[in-house]
Amino acid sequence: MSGLADIYTELIAEESRNPEHRHHIENPDITLKGHNPSCGDEITIELRTKDGIVEDASFTGVGCAISQASTSMMVGLIKGKPVKEARRLANLFIGMIKGEVTDDDELDDLEDAAALKGIANMPARVKCAVLSWHTLDDALKEKE
Amino acid sequence: MENNAADIRKDFPILSHTMNGKPMAYLDNGATTQKPESVVQAICGYYGGCNANPHRGAYELSVKATDIYEDAREKVRGFINAPSSRSVIFTKNATEALNLVAYSYGMHFLKAGDEILISIAEHHSNLVPWQQVAHATGAVLKYIYLTPDMNIDIDEVEKKITSKTKLVAVTQVSNVLGLINPVKEIAAIAHKNGAVCVVDGSQSVAHMAVDVQDIDADFFAFSGHKMLSPMGIGVLYGREELLDKMPPFLTGGDMIEYVEEQTTTFAELPQKFEAGTQNVGGAAGLSAAIDYLQDVGFDEIGRIEKDLVDYALPKLRELPYVELYGCDTKQDNKTGIITFNVKDVHPHDVATILDSEGVAVRAGHHCAQPLMKYLGQNATCRTSFYLYNTREDVDRWIEALKKVRKVMHLE
Repeated sequence: MSGLADIYTELIAEESRNPEHRHHIENPDITLKGHNPSCGDEITIELRTKDGIVEDASFTGVGCAISQASTSMMVGLIKGKPVKEARRLANLFIGMIKGEVTDDDELDDLEDAAALKGIANMPARVKCAVLSWHTLDDALKEKE
Repeated sequence: MENNAADIRKDFPILSHTMNGKPMAYLDNGATTQKPESVVQAICGYYGGCNANPHRGAYELSVKATDIYEDAREKVRGFINAPSSRSVIFTKNATEALNLVAYSYGMHFLKAGDEILISIAEHHSNLVPWQQVAHATGAVLKYIYLTPDMNIDIDEVEKKITSKTKLVAVTQVSNVLGLINPVKEIAAIAHKNGAVCVVDGSQSVAHMAVDVQDIDADFFAFSGHKMLSPMGIGVLYGREELLDKMPPFLTGGDMIEYVEEQTTTFAELPQKFEAGTQNVGGAAGLSAAIDYLQDVGFDEIGRIEKDLVDYALPKLRELPYVELYGCDTKQDNKTGIITFNVKDVHPHDVATILDSEGVAVRAGHHCAQPLMKYLGQNATCRTSFYLYNTREDVDRWIEALKKVRKVMHLE
């Protein structure tokens, strides 16, 4: 496994406690719950889409630092982006965690979330990192 | 006494492995225990020299396999002091054993308006099956809650039980709190009110001497893999007169007497509840595990676990950011399970950080979500000791714990 310091960077630790995107939004048209039954992680993503754009987004829930940081970064990343682009980013992130996408230039599109790349080497924590992105992808599938 | 631990550890070569480049402290025995050489040899010996389908072939090898299987049953009978080997049924694990009771007893003998009484500290395996029975029959599922020091409150049992209560199901030791429950008293209360008593022994049989007749349990379930045995073998003890009147759980090969085109008569106990080819290698391993445990002795096992708990708790209490659950019992009933959290850090992150230091603990809801809710926690970490653990393991764990908040940039 990669060094702990690569995973629990200051960025990830602080993002996991960052309240910026942790709230409810007004009039969400999509509310979807993601759940890891084996560990109890639970997140709810709220989205408001209009004309193919993710107008607003937020999340609530509980979980480990990795799942919370990953979700918070995701919400910050997709806010204001076209639905199609948000789905592309979700799949890019999932590809990164699966170890299928390793090119740093390509991963730049993930902005801060690219910091979770090291999780690819921690099989026990993969589920924590991808939970919200899978949930997002499922939620937006219906909007496309 | 540490010499004794060193002797025991020699029997478990896996314990000298490293994890993430560090000496391993295996502290997840509540989930599953490691297996001594003698158990591994018993399984290899069965498959290497005695494998055939028991109860079937009229040839020497099959007879040998049958003997190994039935000798294991007799060994289990003695281990829990069951009155007869007919009352000892091999299952896959405790979960299957409890489902057997739920489906063959609960679904048939409970009806709308009856009550099922269980404790809030049950593992899902002794909770979800009873929910299923309640949903299917219209019975009502009621809960026994805990005292402030996390013990089952006998007064509460007396209060909750009624003439409608037909079944009481409790664990002998909670897999989260690690406290021994007064199952003998609970069984007596159940019987006084005309209910049967189901005891989940998954976290007890490996750690203390159990006598199902002394407890007066009607059903008693446990898994082999939590007591040095391989995975995939478990036991249900049942009172014979109850097992006799229950319909089979699974049907098919080996559990029949005569099969006609439209009807079947069933085999006698215990075969009636053992459909299909059974886990004979697992039974051989379980038998060897019982030998091993009886050789060390439960007095010694209890002494080792108590020493580790008594050594660990004061050190944990010195750490202001460690929260403990089930560690303030006013009775002398604590086993080798310590459940805890590190303030402001999710248990999974704690477990990952401990893992990087070679320390294996469990993190999550421990298959006890209603208990977690009752404790007001989403998840916790759990350390669970066994006979091969040492004070060095405890030291490794505590030292690793001291790093957690630093790694999470909280200090």
